[in-house]
Amino acid sequence: MAHLDDLIAKDIHAYLRAQENKSYLRFITCGSVDDGKSTLIGRLLYDSKLIYEDQLASIEKDSKKSGTQGDKIDLALLVDGLAAEREQGITIDVAYRFFSTDKRKFIVADTPGHVQYTRNMATGASTADVAVLLIDARYGVQEQTRRHAFIASIVGIKHVVVAVNKMDIVDFDQSVYNAIDVEFREFAKDLGFLDISCIPMSALDGDNVINRSEKADWYNGPTLLGYLETVDVDSATMGNPFRLPVQWVNRPNLDFRGYSGTVASGVVSVGDDIIVVPSGKRSKVKEIVTMDGNLELAREDMAITLTLEDEIDISRGDIICKTDAPAEQADQFQAHIIWMSENRLFPGRQYLIKTANKTVPASISKLKHRIDINDFSEVAANTLELNEIGVATLSTTAPIAFDSYNDNQTTGAFIIVDKQTNATMGAGMLDFALRRAKNVVWQELDVNKAARSSQKGQKPALLWFTGLSGSGKSTIANLVEKRLMDMGRHTYTLDGDNVRHGMNRDLNFSKADRVENIRRIGEMSKLMVDAGLITIASFISPYRAERDMARELLEAGEFIEIHVNTPLEVAESRDVKGLYARARAGEIKNFTGIDSEYQAPENPEIVIDTTKMSAEAAADFIVDYLSDNGVFNVGEA
Amino acid sequence: MSLIDTFLSRVDALSERSGQSVSTLSRKLFNDGKGITRLRQGGQMTIKTMDAAMSKLEDLESKAEGKDAMRMTHLDRLEAESIHIMREVASQCENPVMLYSVGKDSSVMLHLAEKAFYPSPPPFPLLHVDTMWKFKEMIEFRDRRAKEVGMELHVHINPDGIAQDMNPFTYGSAVHTDVMKTQGLKQALDKYGFDAAFGGARRDEEKSRAKERIFSFRNESHRWDAKNQRPELWDIYNARVHKGESMRVFPISNWTELDIWQYIEREKIQIPDLYLSKKRPVVKKDGVYFLVDDDRMPIGPDEVIEEKMVRFRTLGCYPLTGAVESEADTLPDVIQEMLLTTTSERQGRVIDSDAGASMEQKKEEGYF
Repeated sequence: MAHLDDLIAKDIHAYLRAQENKSYLRFITCGSVDDGKSTLIGRLLYDSKLIYEDQLASIEKDSKKSGTQGDKIDLALLVDGLAAEREQGITIDVAYRFFSTDKRKFIVADTPGHVQYTRNMATGASTADVAVLLIDARYGVQEQTRRHAFIASIVGIKHVVVAVNKMDIVDFDQSVYNAIDVEFREFAKDLGFLDISCIPMSALDGDNVINRSEKADWYNGPTLLGYLETVDVDSATMGNPFRLPVQWVNRPNLDFRGYSGTVASGVVSVGDDIIVVPSGKRSKVKEIVTMDGNLELAREDMAITLTLEDEIDISRGDIICKTDAPAEQADQFQAHIIWMSENRLFPGRQYLIKTANKTVPASISKLKHRIDINDFSEVAANTLELNEIGVATLSTTAPIAFDSYNDNQTTGAFIIVDKQTNATMGAGMLDFALRRAKNVVWQELDVNKAARSSQKGQKPALLWFTGLSGSGKSTIANLVEKRLMDMGRHTYTLDGDNVRHGMNRDLNFSKADRVENIRRIGEMSKLMVDAGLITIASFISPYRAERDMARELLEAGEFIEIHVNTPLEVAESRDVKGLYARARAGEIKNFTGIDSEYQAPENPEIVIDTTKMSAEAAADFIVDYLSDNGVFNVGEA
Repeated sequence: MSLIDTFLSRVDALSERSGQSVSTLSRKLFNDGKGITRLRQGGQMTIKTMDAAMSKLEDLESKAEGKDAMRMTHLDRLEAESIHIMREVASQCENPVMLYSVGKDSSVMLHLAEKAFYPSPPPFPLLHVDTMWKFKEMIEFRDRRAKEVGMELHVHINPDGIAQDMNPFTYGSAVHTDVMKTQGLKQALDKYGFDAAFGGARRDEEKSRAKERIFSFRNESHRWDAKNQRPELWDIYNARVHKGESMRVFPISNWTELDIWQYIEREKIQIPDLYLSKKRPVVKKDGVYFLVDDDRMPIGPDEVIEEKMVRFRTLGCYPLTGAVESEADTLPDVIQEMLLTTTSERQGRVIDSDAGASMEQKKEEGYF
């Protein structure tokens, strides 16, 4: 152990050099209330001689007062920090402990066992590489064990040690150990752990914690400390794609512009081609700046500052990636959520989502289900209460750069913050994007029609419905718009009612004004198409020339002329608004079909014969046409 | 397999993997291109030569695996974490400040701040809450370091304390600490409207600190609510506060005392000389030596001022900070002594020894 090292007394310089090469491991201990977690940590500290005399004296004093171990020193008292915990004899918050050996420095998150402290365990687990799950040898795998294993798995811990504790009470019976080993492996087989080690031990007496137990001579595996000193948690993720979430822009003067952050994954070298997500801007790494001199190479977990060859606009919230594998960006996700507040989750309410480096307003649009952490089953739910875990869809008000949590625990994690109180309400792990805006990343784009179209995931179009009054244009147009809306498309309808009363209030039904009417509608539609919308125009528009004029305003393929072909007699017989009757009576002048001509389209994209097709069938027909013509498959790779 | 056979097969493996010829490796290992060939033919080496070659071989092997550039030691990781925390504060908070108490932890924190923002100076000022009873050397050191680093330094002394002629002798350590440190700190934070304050506290120092978050929320009256802390996951920190509320941020939470000393040694960080032993005038009170830093120190009729080789394990108000007798006058010697010692660091401070949970109470009232 570090503090027994002969080198300290003999050659302090040599000792310090040796200590400089120590590696580092963070682990979490969890288990039921009386499984002996605090005792185990106390044991690690005690056996590694990291308890000072004065601390020991104070523990001895407290052991007599409130200890639970009779004449033995209650090592748990070293660890239970808060006054309330010492009085109640339970651990209610995460406590961090430190010890080191010649090989490694360890940070231990000691987390509570009770059901109501799931959030604390998740907190401790979020920064741990290894989970040590304590099981009382007498009771075997309990509900608590399942819950803790599940939380460890959901937070992405890959290495699990099952510490089968209190083996002294069962006389180090190998069959007890074997049964627990088999049972645990069976239930944990779907939890995604890379390795599981079961160690028989007695934290109280120190068997197999640091020193090998003579009583468990049938056990050949490592001691707990032996395992913790050698487990490799570093190399697994080093080959992942490079990610630098930009934390802070470093601008001491006009000549220096650096981007500071901690490398979330992978490796970067001077000269590497980079791309910024979500802006899509590209450049090359010029320098990797640190106060100790520039580096050629930086790896995961290093806090660095990059400068680039080009002056491009990058700010906090962006992620610098290498061009070979950039992060995704999206504004709708599926995510796992752990709720941590006494105020339950309100789907639809706006919260703030805080990722590694960005804060953005967001709402949980829909809770898909809650997960019963005792048997991992999916339960229907509308909300999450404190300590509950669920799967939900999430939408942010602006796209964020991200990776799936499974691929990257830094760029896939987020917390949920209440906008009013600023309290941290929950934590989440992004599973995948529900709607991708992937292609924006590949090249830098101006904000133009293509960009807007891609943002909306659709090709803009103008559906121009033409036909006699009462032919059914508006009915069909409305159905089409509803169907598109249901599909999540972005639409707008211009019709006689919303145009004639506003923009074209100054026009009457004379031929000249009819032409001007259609010209204005054409221009208006063009703007909407430019905005990326599927625009629907529903007007009698009797003259071929004006319809062609509107067609000319747009790009090829964008103008879709739909002739709602209803014979005059049929339209007149329907006469829903009573207009034909009034026109026949001479009350309305210049009425199309009566005293003003209708020029039927010569080559419309779509013809609807309403005498043969219902309005619903017509709407389906039109939506199918749009689908067949690629209006919907934009933005999907 | 003999040691030499193992050695030779590792050399061959390295040669194959790294593309370096055996004679090149031989030159690197023995300063002799033919050394390995001779060894293979049954030639002899002294054990010392073999040991040296073996350790060089290990270096070469780890370089070949790219491990050298890529390896992060525990100090590298602690440093990276602290830098990350400081950058978060600079980005998220409007008006942060760094509490500078002139001790070794503050020295490390200041060094980390320089690293975090290099080549910019740290984008926040320093604040020292003075008690009028700090060691003279601390004040000199403080003013010099602030100037060298190029950071603005605010010094605050509680005016009520000055008016009451506050001192630890007549008022006692508890009242003195409360008025000069706790109240003084709150006054200073209110006066400048800081919404975040860095502190150099470590989780290994004391039991209630082990449970405190890195970003620790304080309400308008600077109180800590131990049972209602914000969950803190991954390295995502929620520093959002309303006007009047604030964050105490502890960037070296996960460092231990040994880490601090090792880092000071590795990075050659300046610390006040008080940490190193030298002959100083001291007086013994209740079995503890205190430095006679100026003539305000009351000397009782039975007390004598002695010259002793002493140093300080922690720095605070000189009448409250016990000296330890020591011969350690260099940094490695201090570290050596610390490692061989068996009493914990804070024991020299009077504030902790009152009752088991006193630090927790003090923190709830706004102490750092």
